[in-house]
Amino acid sequence: MNRFEYIRPATVADAIAALNETAARALAGGTNLVDLMKYDVAQPSRLVDINRLPLKSIEITSGGALRIGALVTNTDLAWHPDVREKWPMLSSAILAGASPQLRNAATTGGNLMQRTRCYYFYDPSTACNKRQPGSGCSAIGGVNRIHAILGASDSCIAVHPSDMCVAMAALDASVEVEGPEGKRSIPMSGFHRLPGVEPERDNTLKVGELITSITIPEPDFGPYHTYLKIRDRLSYAFALISVAAALRVKEGIIQDVRIALGGVAHKPWRDSDAERSLKGERAGTQSFAQVADCILRDAKGQGDNDFKIELARRAIVRALEQAAAGTPQDQADKSIH
Amino acid sequence: MNQIPHHPQIPISLTINGTLHELEVEPWVTLLDLLRERLSLTGTKKGCDQGQCGACTVLVDGKRINSCLALAVSRDGAEITTIEGLAENGELHPLQMAFIERDAFQCGYCTPGQICSAAGLLAEGHTHSRAEIREHMSGNLCRCGAYTNIAAAVEDVLMPRIAAKEAAE
Repeated sequence: MNRFEYIRPATVADAIAALNETAARALAGGTNLVDLMKYDVAQPSRLVDINRLPLKSIEITSGGALRIGALVTNTDLAWHPDVREKWPMLSSAILAGASPQLRNAATTGGNLMQRTRCYYFYDPSTACNKRQPGSGCSAIGGVNRIHAILGASDSCIAVHPSDMCVAMAALDASVEVEGPEGKRSIPMSGFHRLPGVEPERDNTLKVGELITSITIPEPDFGPYHTYLKIRDRLSYAFALISVAAALRVKEGIIQDVRIALGGVAHKPWRDSDAERSLKGERAGTQSFAQVADCILRDAKGQGDNDFKIELARRAIVRALEQAAAGTPQDQADKSIH
Repeated sequence: MNQIPHHPQIPISLTINGTLHELEVEPWVTLLDLLRERLSLTGTKKGCDQGQCGACTVLVDGKRINSCLALAVSRDGAEITTIEGLAENGELHPLQMAFIERDAFQCGYCTPGQICSAAGLLAEGHTHSRAEIREHMSGNLCRCGAYTNIAAAVEDVLMPRIAAKEAAE
């Protein structure tokens, strides 16, 4: 681990001032950042320990939205009674990820900021455009079983590893940030980005900006949702494919639908055209298969991960079937119905 | 590695197994290394040192975390319980007795982390079945593969507590 300056601000304003330096990093739970520092993948000049900031509350706004402080732990969010009742897909997605120990330390803001688990990104002896811009991508033509099938570029085929963010994408969350130029709200769809020619940028945060909270409107899907995660072992593994799906159906006809995919791209993947094409259709395996084909119309394998295209197709259909039946995936009993 | 002229020492206080420690640590020292190397509390094990195996699990303010991924400075003021602090008045913790009774280990290296993790699980109150025990203990790997007996040991302690709680309600 490199040597760094350690600062522990008491206010958001002091934290923003301390973060206004390219190589400064905010330290929250540390479950990803400390790990990356041990590998010399992250080498911050300054760590700004934000754990004393007053960003730890979960509130329901006057408009009925969920406002989650950036420092709320993944555990506290997943088991919060209001979240279990009204945002159960979010709770389910969080509990599908990591382990209880990690969820006890990891925070909501930190989960948004976690970096890819691409093996080459983690290995400083290899070329990686995300870790060292311009050095090349070892995953293209290398071992790429876990890599992207949608939205990749010639520079990077890494995927975003979060489960929580996939549910947040499906639920139209907004990320509230504060920086040297004031406050702004970033829609979840615009927070993470595709790699393009700048894969070193995971998201659209600017230097000095700090996530303060995440806001999620109250969904109207009732029990008609699921978070389905497919991985190499039953627990404690990153998704090969995950699907957050929610439906509103009236007399067999789809009124509204949300589908977000994890494990497929550099960001949680939503496709509003595909979702729109499903509205007015009869809910059933046939329409679900059509929308899966639509979402995956531009999917491209890299060799080792070619199987993920068919896996994603089947996972989308299965997730929509679970959502339509009002039988969300249980994250402890792993059998998939 | 960056060379800097001096190593800053940050003053922190930690209550570890009931004893207050006033310490000065460099900001890059993990809680795990502090426990093992500075305080000689070697019951907490360094397995992967990457948050993947759970051998370093301790309780911080009653909640289980991976001590290898926690910088000690960021836990200033916390109450920490390690495997050395679970026994009370010379009596083993019920989980320690259950692990012995069920022979829930082979080499024993993951055991302190397994037991601290299970102590966290009991306090959380979200676990009600064997399937949930397995899921909620999934952050602790056992390369000897003693999982069946580990789950049985946790179940031996958990189930009577659930029954007692239900009887009281």
